[in-house]
Amino acid sequence: MKKEDVPQDDENLFEGKFKVVKYAVDEDGKYGTVGSSGWEPENAVLNQAWEEINKKVAETKKKIEAGELSPLAYHMEKNIMDVGMLSQYMEIGKRNVSKHLEPSGFNSLDEKTLKRYADVFDITVEELKKIE
Amino acid sequence: MIIDFEHRQSAHCETGVISNLMRHHGLDISEPLALGIGSGLFFAHMPFIKVNGLPVTTYRIMPGDIFKKFSKRTGVEMKREKFSSPEKAMDALDACLEQGLPVGMLTSVFYLPYLPRAFRFHFNAHNIVVYGKEGNDYLVSDPILEKTEVIDRRMLIRARFAKGMPNTNGRMYYPTHVPQDVDINAAIIKGLKYTAKDMGTIPIPIFGGKAIGFLASRVGKYETKYGKEEAKKYLGNIVRMQEEIGTGGAGFRFMFGAFLQEASARLGNPILHKKSLEITKIGDLWRNFAYDCGRMVKGRADGMTYQDLADQLSDIGKKEILFFQSIHKMKF
Repeated sequence: MKKEDVPQDDENLFEGKFKVVKYAVDEDGKYGTVGSSGWEPENAVLNQAWEEINKKVAETKKKIEAGELSPLAYHMEKNIMDVGMLSQYMEIGKRNVSKHLEPSGFNSLDEKTLKRYADVFDITVEELKKIE
Repeated sequence: MIIDFEHRQSAHCETGVISNLMRHHGLDISEPLALGIGSGLFFAHMPFIKVNGLPVTTYRIMPGDIFKKFSKRTGVEMKREKFSSPEKAMDALDACLEQGLPVGMLTSVFYLPYLPRAFRFHFNAHNIVVYGKEGNDYLVSDPILEKTEVIDRRMLIRARFAKGMPNTNGRMYYPTHVPQDVDINAAIIKGLKYTAKDMGTIPIPIFGGKAIGFLASRVGKYETKYGKEEAKKYLGNIVRMQEEIGTGGAGFRFMFGAFLQEASARLGNPILHKKSLEITKIGDLWRNFAYDCGRMVKGRADGMTYQDLADQLSDIGKKEILFFQSIHKMKF
C-alpha cells in the first residue's frame, strides 16, 4: 500500500477521537506510518456486526413483549453476551441462567440475585426489570 | 504518582506495548521490530472453533505469544502475574507504580470507556500500559490511541476482570531485567526464521500458508453451504480479523514489510529489502480481497461470485507459501 492510498473513509466510527496507524510505503518503497480515519470495507464489516447485534436485541424485545422471555434476555443481548458468558460473570450454572431468561424464573428471583445481575450490566435493579 | 512515560501510537496493541515498555527501559525497539522478533505474523483458519458462531481466522500468533517470544530472544526478563481478587490486583498495580514501574496489562475492550462505541466488543486480549495514578484515576497509554487516556478505578477493575475468552484474571506484566547489550541482529534472525518456517512448511492444512488455500476452498462453498445472508457473515468476519483489529493493514503483512526493511538495514542484507517489496505486493492482494468482500457484504457484487473470492485467496496462499519458503532457505 502506498502512503497516498491509505484510506480516509471517515464514517465516524472512531467518533472523531483518533486515527488508526497503517503501515505504507512512499515513492521509493520505504515504509512509514500514516493515520487512517477508516476504510470503506472495514466500516462495512464492522457495521455488519453491529446490525447483527441490533437485530438480535430487537427480536429479543419482541419475545419479551410476547411473554416468551424475561427482561434479562434483553440486557444479555444488549451487552453482547450469551448464556455461557453471563453464567461466568454470575458464577452460577448455565442452566440457572437459562431458567432466569424465562419470565417465571426471573419473577421468582430474590433481591440479592437481581442485584448481582444488575451489577454485571452496570445498571440498577429497576433498570434490569425494564427493556429500555 | 505519575511516571515519566513516553506514549507512542502504534497499529497493534501487543507490539505497541512491547515497543513502548522497552523504550522506557532503555531498549529502542520499533513496533515492526517487536512484531518480527516476536514472530507475530501467522495465518490459521480453524472452522471447528467458533466465536459468536463464526469460525476463527487469524493473521497472527496467539495473544501474548509475541511478547513471550520477544522476551526469550532478547533476554528480557518479565514478571507476569494473575490474581484471584480485584483488590489484590489493584494493590499490586499500585505497588509497581509507587516503585516507578509502568505496568502492562490484559484488558477487555468492552469495558474501556475511552474507546469508541463501535469497537467495544468482548475482546479480552487488549494490552495497555498504566503509568500513573491520580486520586481514583489511572493514567493509561493505550497503544492504538494517539493520546494517553484516563480511566477510573472501578472501570479498570471491570476491564481487568473480564470473563470469556480468555478470563483476564487481572493479568499484568512488567520487565524486571532489560539487558542493554542485546544482540538485536541475532534476535531478528531467530524471529524471522521461526515465521518463515511456520508459514512456509507446516504440513497441517489449518496452520500457516497452506491454511490460506484451505480457507479459499471453504469460501468457495460459503453461499451454497450457508445461504446468502449467513455467507456474508462468514465473509465479514474474515475481513474484520484482517483489517479492523489493529493490524496496520492487510493482516500484519505491511507491518511485516516494515520489519523486513529494518532488518535489511540492520543486517546489511539487500535481499531482505527485496523481500519487503514482495510482501508489500502480497499485502496489496489481501487488500483487494478485503475490498471485494466488502462489496459482497454490501450486496454490490456486480456478478462477482464466492468462487472469484476463493480464487483470489488461493492465489495469495500460493504466493505466501513461496515467499516464506524462500526466506526459510536463506542463510544468515
